[in-house]
Amino acid sequence: MNITVKFFASLREQTGKSDSTISSPETLTVMQAWQQASGLDEMPENTLCAINMEYVDADAMLSDGDELAFFPPVTGG
Amino acid sequence: MIELRNSEFDPLFELAEFQKTLSHGKYGACCNFIGSMRDFNEGDDVSQMTLEHYPGMTEKFLQKICDEANEKWPLLDCLIIHRVGDINPNDSIVLTAAWSAHRDASFAACRYLIEELKHRAPFWKKENTADGERWVSENTKPND
Repeated sequence: MNITVKFFASLREQTGKSDSTISSPETLTVMQAWQQASGLDEMPENTLCAINMEYVDADAMLSDGDELAFFPPVTGG
Repeated sequence: MIELRNSEFDPLFELAEFQKTLSHGKYGACCNFIGSMRDFNEGDDVSQMTLEHYPGMTEKFLQKICDEANEKWPLLDCLIIHRVGDINPNDSIVLTAAWSAHRDASFAACRYLIEELKHRAPFWKKENTADGERWVSENTKPND
């Protein structure tokens, strides 16, 4: 499976990445994709995850071609 | 209607212009909230701010929040305008507004729009202070 991964705000700066693509022969969870894309074992506390622009939990399963995003708590308004 | 702006906007002008598009004589109430940039936060002076967003998801969530408000209350329409990019103190950051026949729905919907936006819409503020740049870690409670 191929997944597009995006990091925003402080997580982009922490990982040094904004957009990347990861590939895996097996179906990945969001957490596994985090580890592969960021190179970090632990996901920072309060990290929000979205698949195809909908919020999901870190144990959600990915599908081939998904867009996965990681970002800190939102602070708009 | 929802809109992102990358330059300064006048919320009162936007309100008046948008209201002209609504059916004349059908609305009896318009409540609005305007959020603007302070030059202080958490005890420090803030000289400028940058608002980052997630293109696509941000617009999707602003529209979703408007749609939810329309389902919850009998509204004529909702308006959300939000700044992105570099922002200076006193600039308007956000405008939310709801029009209805009677005031109860308008008050409740306007509050819903801004509170849900603050909880769910993907925006991130980065402040410039005398000590350098810092990310705002979380939104304050309504009365903070």
